[in-house]
Amino acid sequence: MSDSPLRGERRDLPAAENHAALARLRAEGYNMLVDMTCVDYQAQGKTPRFDVIYRLMRLDAATGDDLGRVEAHCAVDELRVLRSVKDIWPAADWLERESWDMFGVKFADRPGIKRLLMYEEFAGHALRKDYPIAKRQPLIGPKSGDKADSPSFNILKPTITGE
Amino acid sequence: MMSDTSERSQKTYMLNMGPAHPAMHGVVRLVLELQGERIVDVDTEIGYLHRAFEKHAENETWNNVVPWTDRLNYVSPLINNVGYAMAVERLAGIDVPERGQYIRVIACEISRITDHLTCVGAGAMELGAFTVFLYLIKAREYLYQLVDNLTGARITTAFTRVGGVKGDLPADFAEKFAAIAKEIRTAVAESDKLLTRNRIFMDRMEGTGIMSPADAIAYGITGPFLRSTGVAYDVRRAHPYGVYGKLDFEIPVGTTGDNYDRYLCRMAEIEQSLRLVEQCLAQIPEGKHSLEPKEIKYAYEIQDAGKHGDTALLAKYAAKVDQTLAGMSKDDQPNTRVLDRKITLPAKETTYGSIEGLMNHFELVMWSWGVKIPPSETYFAVEGGNGELGFHIVSDGGDGPYRVRCRPPCLFPMAALKKLLIGGQIADIIPTFGSVNMIAGELDR
Repeated sequence: MSDSPLRGERRDLPAAENHAALARLRAEGYNMLVDMTCVDYQAQGKTPRFDVIYRLMRLDAATGDDLGRVEAHCAVDELRVLRSVKDIWPAADWLERESWDMFGVKFADRPGIKRLLMYEEFAGHALRKDYPIAKRQPLIGPKSGDKADSPSFNILKPTITGE
Repeated sequence: MMSDTSERSQKTYMLNMGPAHPAMHGVVRLVLELQGERIVDVDTEIGYLHRAFEKHAENETWNNVVPWTDRLNYVSPLINNVGYAMAVERLAGIDVPERGQYIRVIACEISRITDHLTCVGAGAMELGAFTVFLYLIKAREYLYQLVDNLTGARITTAFTRVGGVKGDLPADFAEKFAAIAKEIRTAVAESDKLLTRNRIFMDRMEGTGIMSPADAIAYGITGPFLRSTGVAYDVRRAHPYGVYGKLDFEIPVGTTGDNYDRYLCRMAEIEQSLRLVEQCLAQIPEGKHSLEPKEIKYAYEIQDAGKHGDTALLAKYAAKVDQTLAGMSKDDQPNTRVLDRKITLPAKETTYGSIEGLMNHFELVMWSWGVKIPPSETYFAVEGGNGELGFHIVSDGGDGPYRVRCRPPCLFPMAALKKLLIGGQIADIIPTFGSVNMIAGELDR
């Protein structure tokens, strides 16, 4: 069976130039970031350990046809850090947060990136291969009355509470 | 005095909506910054239903992930089953018999109807139209009974196997479906009468939660949400999988991309799905619904037969090799690809009715003994109730996935929720959030 046309052509991008390379793809007409995900190859001993995958589609808005797809891979680790592409596709915002949350993939221009699915006090990154499936997390308990201290409370600007 | 009032009206305050808010379905928290009733800023917090589907999948065998996929979009579990199974089949390079593909499409379309009925029904109820909710959930109940009849469970279906489906269509399935289709068409027509030209409903839905096609594409939105903006992208049409290429269906699209258009799109898609099931039931061929195990002989016996020129025997039997490839045949067959007999779980009747079937089943589900798929990587997507439901699967040559990534279709409109809500009123949150059709099982995985 031939490989899926849903996958499209594979491109390997250098991690340092991911933003420029993806911006070029956007200019070529890849207007939808279908998905962004990561695979941790640590268990197979690959370096760099993470493979970040950007799945792009050229969608014809008039006809609804898929004009072609690209699967862009970036190999990254603690040293090779990506740049955020949320300015190119706003869909990347949450997907990058998920990559940080689950794998600890960093983005150079998003230093204070927030987790997407887990809570801020969660220790570690759950989808890394060296994170044991049965690992327990410390109980975080209720917060004290000091609101500024609570990361989940302080989502919006703290000044708007009017207190 | 005047300046004081204007200062007060400029002041914003914060309101927590959810997760314990009925319209947030108990699983999403919106932190709103409000100026009076007007929404100035929103932060969407998700993850309340995170159950680590992807982590669990890495620790299961290929077939054992199927029950976990039920828990993704639990309103249309059969589509998840099919999406995952098809992705693994693509990885393994196997094809399902045509009858199995028809059964899968029937299952998918039934699930799509339940998904849309739930979305429209619950959305209408949240706007006060409780009668519509009762009509549509009653119609959904008929379908759940049909799904129960087909799979043995209403929601936790676990219907597909890698290489096929759990079982054939039950007797008189077509007649039962015809009766249910009539009920659904009645319920949809009644709801249409109650809602589509209803003043209150239109005031709440029309012109609220508007999204432009360009924004929808930039946010990665697919499914009925994207189609409501006028972009006719549907995975079933763009990349026909299963037997969709042989079936006739329309893709309803909207014009303005507001909540009302999303409602109309879903209502129209229910009819299209009914048509699809009817066509499938008319066309479905006889035959096997799953790949079936061949008779097995030791590899050396087949080799000997080949040497004697007995080629008929070669086609008839599958070669028996050590399943772990760690035993005596390790040196002989270092690159043996496991044959299709090893991929499909035996039918339940065989498992419970014969010792060979039981052993075959046990070996397939036992850790490190299951089917092994050569190291490779693939992505496959089906059209879920909410849009493109994709699975990116990596195999490292083991008996289970090295990594499964589920592309949850409702994550993308949820990420765009902020854009939809800012500038609107608090009351607009209810129809807009309802029309996103957020299913937390899929969103949080």
